Amino acid sequence: MRFKAELMNAEEMRRALYRIAHEVVEAGKGVEDLVLVGIHTRGIPLAERIARYIREFEGKEVPVGILDITLYRDDLSEIGVRPQVRQTRIPFDLTGKAVVLVDDVLYTGRTARAALDALMDLGRPKRIYLAVLIDRGHRELPIRADFVGKNVPTAKNEVVKVKLAEVDGEDRVELWEKEAA
Amino acid sequence: MGDILIKNVMLVDALGERGPVDVLIGEGRILSLEGGEAQRVIEGKGRFLAPGFLDLHAHLREPGQEVKEDLATGLRAAVRGGYTDLVSMPNTNPPVDTPEAVRALRKKAQALGLARLYPAAALTQGQEGKTLTEAGLLKEAGAPLLTDDGRTNEDAGVLAAGLLGAAAFGLPVAVHAEDASLRRGGVMNDGPLADLLGLPGNPPEAEAARVARDLEVLRYALRRAQARPHLHVQHLSTRRALELVREAKRAGLPVTAEATPHHLTLTEEALRSFDPLFKVAPPLRTGEDVEALIEGLLDGTLDAIATDHAPHTQAEKEMDLLRAPFGIPSLEVAFPLLYTELYRKRGFPLKRLVELFTDGPRKVLGLPPLHLEVGAEASLVLLDPKERPVDPKAFASKARFSPWAGWVLEGWPVLTLVEGRIVHEALE
Amino acid sequence: MKHLLDFQGWTRAEVESLLDTARVMAEVLERPVKRVPALQGFTVATVFFEPSTRTRLSFELAARRMSADVVSFAAATSSLQKGESYKDTLLTLEAMGVDAYVIRADAAGVPHQATRWVRGAVINGGDGRRAHPTQALLDAYTLLEALGGLEGRKIAIVGDILHSRVARSNAELLPLLGAEVWGAGPPALLPQSLPGVRLTPRLDEALAEADAVMVLRLQKERMEAGLVNLEDYIAHYQVTEARLKKAKPEAPLLHPGPMNRDVELEGTLADSARSLVNRQVHNGVAVRMAVLYHLLVGRER
Ligand SMILES: [Zn+2]
Repeated sequence: MRFKAELMNAEEMRRALYRIAHEVVEAGKGVEDLVLVGIHTRGIPLAERIARYIREFEGKEVPVGILDITLYRDDLSEIGVRPQVRQTRIPFDLTGKAVVLVDDVLYTGRTARAALDALMDLGRPKRIYLAVLIDRGHRELPIRADFVGKNVPTAKNEVVKVKLAEVDGEDRVELWEKEAA
Repeated sequence: MGDILIKNVMLVDALGERGPVDVLIGEGRILSLEGGEAQRVIEGKGRFLAPGFLDLHAHLREPGQEVKEDLATGLRAAVRGGYTDLVSMPNTNPPVDTPEAVRALRKKAQALGLARLYPAAALTQGQEGKTLTEAGLLKEAGAPLLTDDGRTNEDAGVLAAGLLGAAAFGLPVAVHAEDASLRRGGVMNDGPLADLLGLPGNPPEAEAARVARDLEVLRYALRRAQARPHLHVQHLSTRRALELVREAKRAGLPVTAEATPHHLTLTEEALRSFDPLFKVAPPLRTGEDVEALIEGLLDGTLDAIATDHAPHTQAEKEMDLLRAPFGIPSLEVAFPLLYTELYRKRGFPLKRLVELFTDGPRKVLGLPPLHLEVGAEASLVLLDPKERPVDPKAFASKARFSPWAGWVLEGWPVLTLVEGRIVHEALE
Repeated sequence: MKHLLDFQGWTRAEVESLLDTARVMAEVLERPVKRVPALQGFTVATVFFEPSTRTRLSFELAARRMSADVVSFAAATSSLQKGESYKDTLLTLEAMGVDAYVIRADAAGVPHQATRWVRGAVINGGDGRRAHPTQALLDAYTLLEALGGLEGRKIAIVGDILHSRVARSNAELLPLLGAEVWGAGPPALLPQSLPGVRLTPRLDEALAEADAVMVLRLQKERMEAGLVNLEDYIAHYQVTEARLKKAKPEAPLLHPGPMNRDVELEGTLADSARSLVNRQVHNGVAVRMAVLYHLLVGRER
């Protein structure tokens, strides 16, 4: 793979997430009934950061859950490698809540679809939002994000790498290109 | 003018190896070892000529279980394995326990013109272990020995009477020596591996205990009989039982014993595959037992290598280990297997190996030795040193499976003659 | 791992990964909708040549909780003896598009044999005395839940070790997780040796300071075969309140079921807080879901 460009630096990421945090509160008309659910792996620290920002400017705690969508993937009967399943931990009742699903990149929409199915099995939220750091286009399903850090038009042979301090040691979003096979 | 001339061939029999010579065959005999005119000339260079083999122990399943094997396929398998003579076991359906049954089998086998058949007769009627069969009449009909093989002789008194009765006619009594009550439902050698695999074990002590008992029964018969009884222990498989036979022979008891190709080349480790192909009775034992058996072949404790060729259908051998029947086919691989595994790989003396297929078993039956000399009966086998893998799909036996499938062996019989007549030919 | 036959050749990491997955499955079973679509499109066959309703139901429930299609085949061994073979049965199922076979048989090795005939995944649902790997996995899972960890823990298995596939599978599995496994029973019901297990005819020795006690079922056949006398067994090998004083206080009790109350285990103990029997049954479904997931997903079809 070949590095092409930096899409976001640490400061830009901080500002994007801070903006999303504001938009979330605005859309939810406050933080009552608002919960965040991060999708494994990088959606989790992103959700935690958004919750932290909300706490900073609202002074209120928004619960954060984590969701693993592996068991809801629609390609398990076809893939050649078994993905590791991980814990889903949503230590609160989803019924009647406004849930904000948080993920790093929105691409085909299949992960979001799986996450929606998973959430429905876990309870009956009154509303589900989708928040992503990067929307890179190429949707294969009728899904859109409610809150987007940055829209990035990409080619299909490109890869968006989101690096987060909690997981990768730095905050940065990069665009890479797959070598022609 | 002879029928066949085998040129430049090495000879090997119980007397040793010699040659190369040109063997002229005619009138069913060896006419010359110095060549001569013949209708057919066969190149023997690099090959060995040996006296035809005798198998003391084959299950040919006729009558009654022809789905597993019949005389034609069994005797065809025999000649392909270099056997010119073969003792069939009487545990057929019904068991061979009358002179008529013995005669009928001999007649049918003669008509086939393959290996010569010596149908062993049951020691007891129906092999039920109760009432003795008529030893004298069976001998006259052509039975070479009496045995209830397929079953064990649980009643020592019946065995004693059988040894006494057979002694009058010079018939050996052959025994499948396992204590059935100690063996119980064992399907493999009892020990740590059976424990690990969770398979019911058949303890080596079951064989030793029965051999010890049978030797005492033999002592008794020897003391009581006016003629000399002869006990033959079939398919000996354990070190301990072998030691008992060795001691008995030293003490002068009239006992002989055989071992099978599978007990000489395979161990219980094969059961790790859970493949009923390796289910035999007595069971495959440990490496230590194999070593002891090979020692027994060398020092004469064992008189013969006998196949215990025991064909079954493929479906039967694809049952589970508890239900699949005991036994495997081996007539077609026995010699090359031991030629390769004992002689080629371990330097076991070739002369002795050939003896264990020829004069050794002949002596058990009271037949004269057969050596490659002018005037000797031309029941012969030509052996080829070329390597070839075991291919059960090509077996003449109906049982087209083998625990040695794929093993690359040397010493395959390429020509088998019975009294000068070609009964098997696979020359290139 | 292509099949689950026993734990020969397994590593601790593989077992731990499977148990991690089982924990996720256990969480699925706590949800309002106890079903995930993971195995949609897969077909699981339970092929029981020996009847066992409990094990079969547990596997079938596990498969359904994962949205797999389930077919079940039960054959009496008697029909096998009438010429219908294991191989024919399995090849028939294979032709129907089965992806995984849960095989139960009264003879050791049938699942091993099956791997030579079918392309699908073979899961040993208990074969003779040989192995019952999912039972051992649920035992390990239950023990980890109760004890936190198994490293250096003493686990006593009591009863008919010789004829027990549960004992054999636990003997393979628990030491992989660091446990020290003891086996106690009357000499006629003990193997000569079993790798990974210290065998003793002295129950007290096995129970001393044990962190957990696994009690095996005593089969009637053993009495009938004259291997053991029932009164003698009860007098010397029944796990009782009094004898358990040797073990660590509160040491939990496991039993693979079905239980003979007041034979291998004092009846009051079976219902006591120490008994993890219900947890075992509960965890069985999660463990079997994990096994199906590990064997089926990523497999070449
Ligand atoms: Zn026999």
